[in-house]
Amino acid sequence: MLLIHCPYCDSNRPETEFRNAGAAHILRPSDPATTSDAEWAEFLYLRENPKGTIAERWRHVHGCGRFFNAIRDTVSDDFAVTYRAGEPRPGTTP
Amino acid sequence: MAKTLMAEPPKSKPRLPNDAIAWITAAPPLARFIFRGSPEAEAAAGSAYGLAFPKALNRAASIGERGKPGARVALRIGPDELLLIVPIAEGKAVQTALETATAAHPHSLVDISDRHTGFALEGPHAADLINAGCPLDLDERAFPVGMVTRTLLHKAEIVLWRMGPTLFRVEVWRSFAPYVEALLEEAAHDFL
Amino acid sequence: MSMLRTPSGGRIDRTRALRFTFDGRLMQGHQGDTLASALIANGVHLMGRSFKYHRPRGPISAGAEEPNALVTVTRSGRSTPNLRATQIELYEGLAALSQNRWPALDFDIGAINGLISPFLGAGFYYKTFMGPKALGSNWAWTKIYEPVIRAAAGLGRAPEGPDLDRYANRFAHCDVLVIGGGDAGLTAALEASADGKASVILCDEQAEFGGWLLNSDGAWLGETLATLASRPNVRMLRRTQAFGYFAQNFVALQERLTDHLADLPEGTPRERLWQVRAGEVILATGAIERPLAFPDNDRPGIMLAGAAETYATRYGVRPGTRAAIFTACDSAYGAALALKAAGVEIAAIVDIRLKPDPALAAQALEAGIAVHSGTVITGTTGGKRVSHITIGKLQPDASVRGADQLACDFVAMSGGWVPSVHLFSQSRGKLRWDETLNAYVPNITAPGQKQRSVGACAGAFSAEMRGAFNGATPVPGDPAKVKAFVDFQNDVTARDIRLATREGMHSVEHVKRFTTTGMATDQGKTSNMNALGIVSEALGKSLPEVGLTTFRQPYTPVTFGLFAGQARGDLFDPVRKTPIHNWAVAQGAAFEDVGQWKRAHYFPQKGEDIHAATNRECRLVRGTVGIFDASTLGKIELVGPDAAEFLERVYVNNWKNLGVGRCRYGILLNEAGFVIDDGVIARLAPDRFHITTTTGGAARVFAMFEDYLQTEWPDLKVWQTSITEQYAVIAVQGPKARAVLAPLVEGINLASEAFPHMAIREGRICGVETRLFRVSFSGELGFEVNVPASQGRAVWEAIHAEAIKQGGGAYGTEAMHVLRAEKGFIIVGQETDGTMTPDDVGLGWAIGKAKTDFIGKRGLMRPDLMAAGRKQLVGLQTLDPKVVPEEGAQITAEANPAPGTAALGHVTSSYWSETCGRSIALAVIANGRARVGEVLHIPMPGGAIAVTVVAPVFYDPKGERLNG
Repeated sequence: MLLIHCPYCDSNRPETEFRNAGAAHILRPSDPATTSDAEWAEFLYLRENPKGTIAERWRHVHGCGRFFNAIRDTVSDDFAVTYRAGEPRPGTTP
Repeated sequence: MAKTLMAEPPKSKPRLPNDAIAWITAAPPLARFIFRGSPEAEAAAGSAYGLAFPKALNRAASIGERGKPGARVALRIGPDELLLIVPIAEGKAVQTALETATAAHPHSLVDISDRHTGFALEGPHAADLINAGCPLDLDERAFPVGMVTRTLLHKAEIVLWRMGPTLFRVEVWRSFAPYVEALLEEAAHDFL
Repeated sequence: MSMLRTPSGGRIDRTRALRFTFDGRLMQGHQGDTLASALIANGVHLMGRSFKYHRPRGPISAGAEEPNALVTVTRSGRSTPNLRATQIELYEGLAALSQNRWPALDFDIGAINGLISPFLGAGFYYKTFMGPKALGSNWAWTKIYEPVIRAAAGLGRAPEGPDLDRYANRFAHCDVLVIGGGDAGLTAALEASADGKASVILCDEQAEFGGWLLNSDGAWLGETLATLASRPNVRMLRRTQAFGYFAQNFVALQERLTDHLADLPEGTPRERLWQVRAGEVILATGAIERPLAFPDNDRPGIMLAGAAETYATRYGVRPGTRAAIFTACDSAYGAALALKAAGVEIAAIVDIRLKPDPALAAQALEAGIAVHSGTVITGTTGGKRVSHITIGKLQPDASVRGADQLACDFVAMSGGWVPSVHLFSQSRGKLRWDETLNAYVPNITAPGQKQRSVGACAGAFSAEMRGAFNGATPVPGDPAKVKAFVDFQNDVTARDIRLATREGMHSVEHVKRFTTTGMATDQGKTSNMNALGIVSEALGKSLPEVGLTTFRQPYTPVTFGLFAGQARGDLFDPVRKTPIHNWAVAQGAAFEDVGQWKRAHYFPQKGEDIHAATNRECRLVRGTVGIFDASTLGKIELVGPDAAEFLERVYVNNWKNLGVGRCRYGILLNEAGFVIDDGVIARLAPDRFHITTTTGGAARVFAMFEDYLQTEWPDLKVWQTSITEQYAVIAVQGPKARAVLAPLVEGINLASEAFPHMAIREGRICGVETRLFRVSFSGELGFEVNVPASQGRAVWEAIHAEAIKQGGGAYGTEAMHVLRAEKGFIIVGQETDGTMTPDDVGLGWAIGKAKTDFIGKRGLMRPDLMAAGRKQLVGLQTLDPKVVPEEGAQITAEANPAPGTAALGHVTSSYWSETCGRSIALAVIANGRARVGEVLHIPMPGGAIAVTVVAPVFYDPKGERLNG
């Protein structure tokens, strides 16, 4: 069982307390009506599936209840870092 | 706040095979609320509540004895989510007082008195019994007295609050309570 | 006492004799024996038959690595197969059975497989059992070959009854976990716990700590164990196998609690699963001796030299009277001396090495033991026990000459030692080939695993462990004509492995799968190195170039019970019951599972089946009044100044114009535009709403709302709280609904003018605070009474009593489904499947047309969602009104469509409608609304069912009955 660091509880907690919530840093367009069909389809369905690090959302559903972001290695399952929702991906400029 | 039409008799101890392991004591009927709101609303509510809400996540504040007049419990189970527990007879008054005090600040106060049932688990093996189904580190260094958190006991979500080295209080959604108590009783066989 | 027992010494208690049976034969052993040591003391080496050839086999080891001596232990209604006799602790009355033999262990018909073994070589299964193609590729396998092979080959029989035992689980944390309680592990535990602070768990799979130290009488062991036991920060777990090492230093331990006891204590778990999170893991798992692969090396009586020594010194039993030692390693010399000291005659030490250590050879000679260097065993004889060996001298050209025979009744062999790197490897550590040890040793620790290996498992061998040999030993003549076993449990010989390489299996992973070497329950603990050696030689590659297969969890087989733990029977999954559940039980209700909930399905009265009960319950609702437990509905209280704004954004409907005290039917889409939930939402105050969701969608909807509130619109001043379990919900439906509630309700005017359909009022019922909804899921005048859950049963009983007075009664979920289908009300997940838009299911009217955005609005504008020809909700009437089609049945234009014809749609709901006096069905059909009046067909095995497409409302299309 993996431990995942909850950036709100600021502690490592068992993975069973968490739920994955898909890719991180995908913004819902503020005015969806102005998006093209292709843009909207991309927003809905197109996701990176890298071998290596991925930014994804998790929710500490059976803990503090918060959604947060994590950088995880899809090969090793290693969580490099977790950070609060709204914070930029580490290593990038906001 | 609900008036008790049909009293639920508290379960008598011991519920577990052996007092030397731990025992379960059902909580009396209690009034419970979930308070969510801005820090300003929290501060105002805390004053009216007579007990400042704990600032840190996963920490408990309490005064008085469970079910006795004046008893107040505030458990911060989410960054903006507090579980408040007071004697059933004071529920209505507390609700009114909090709403009045926080009228100027956006917030949510919801009566969930019957959403949960609660019980205390106390005894030398209390932590071990919980660890039969809960993966958290319950060593006092990792889970000190005064810590509270939502977590899982097997497949049921619980709110686990350490009140003493060998005393825990558990709050659980009503329909999961029989499952949770049965699991603890089953786990007690490991200490016979 | 047995002639084979040594006169003294060892760990057995010679004052305590224990009786046990093996295949029904009564024998005697001692406290401290394993089943294997006790059987050997009784002169029994033949303990099982091999998997494929049914060759007689005896134990080659004295521990967990044992491939041969697998037995079934039975006790008080229990039967556990495939236990290693070398690990089973003897107790008074133990009853063990040999496996994989028929009719008896020493006369086994299956042994004929051995005679036809030239046809059963590697890859035999893959190549042979290809049946006649006309019958399908798998026909011959499933019908003929597999049953026959299964009957002939195999391990023990799986028990058929439920597991009578209890299994415990414990999550634990420690600073240091030491795995292995031998010399190295004990030393590590001493050091780790010395400060009195660090919490230390020390585990060992054996009944006693000590490992190899148990073979001698040193005082250090006793003192060390006493020291460790006195430290409160140390937890010592005996009989505890670390079987899985996972990420982040998470280790699974199997502690055997009662298998060694003669009397099973009442209620105590049989085993305990420890799931340990350790700050640091210290692996002290020792080393396993490797066998030598020489011709006919599998006869009972041929065992590892270290095991022979262990039997003699630790268990006080001589494996035989006259031993031949065959070795490539110095340690067998020590074993020979120990056996000699235990009273065993040593026929000779046969050392494959040309120049064994002269000092060792001298020591042996001094003890009167002949040493043949540069010599190999070239064959063995003996039926059910080895009786002779043949030896030959290695020649400079690598051939073997000579055929001297030596008599012996057991052989102690040693191909050297292999560090037990299984757990290290499971932890994803990287191994390194060590030329000196001729073995793999731990090299690089995997990221996130704070651990180290100590002692023999790290390759820190003592001086006497020097020398090793991998592969098959040289033979005179054609090596393809001999059976030198490499994997004893799966009956894989050196020849099989060479054959695999000849047939093109050059990757060790392919060789493994082609030959099944290393794939038995012992995972090749004793066979891997020899297999690799043979592959290496056959391919002319160095051994590290050949590579290594993966070690997987579990290290040794683990019971299913251990994994199930407490999650059995009623505790398998939470069983959620409503506050009214017990009342329904008392009424004799039948229940159905809806997720984790138990819901009253119907309330049968005398002699009624589900149909009769449901028909009666539907008549009650349509004729008088029915009451229904709707407590499982998901409920959310949404509070804050932006509550209406939030609802505007998430539901398709308009909310800002909903008046306080009014309700609206809300439809929830995902961003793609598909219906995912629905329910009635009531406005209690300008900033407070009571939302209902489907039973199954409650948690999902709550999580979705939380997601948008936290991450998309954190600026909104609104918060939600689940109140699903705060309220019991009692639906009161039917023309007499108002009459039922009137006597019970205080402070609410029930009259239609004051309390119209789709309104909510707060007041009291039976003295209890209530949120009373006027809503209907039946099409009749209806109310839903929400009361605090603790009062639910009492309020229900009061309402039920009033309903009885009105000629009504309770109804269950089946009637609820029929009643709503008669009205064409959808159930999300039944009429919808994640690809239906509101318009598809006839709910386009609910969408707030002027809204610029809501979740799913943009999705609905995608071309495919607006295209003509989408499936639409319709009603179906069978031409024969008595026929009730099956839900899920496909619908076609023709009665007998050509194969491959796409269906127009399918039946989503189908019932006998007592109200209509005929069957009714709902369906989704391409362009369905334009097909009303058409006759379509539902092809079924017994012939197509003709149906007429109708509007999806079968009863009271104008909705007049809502007014009561």
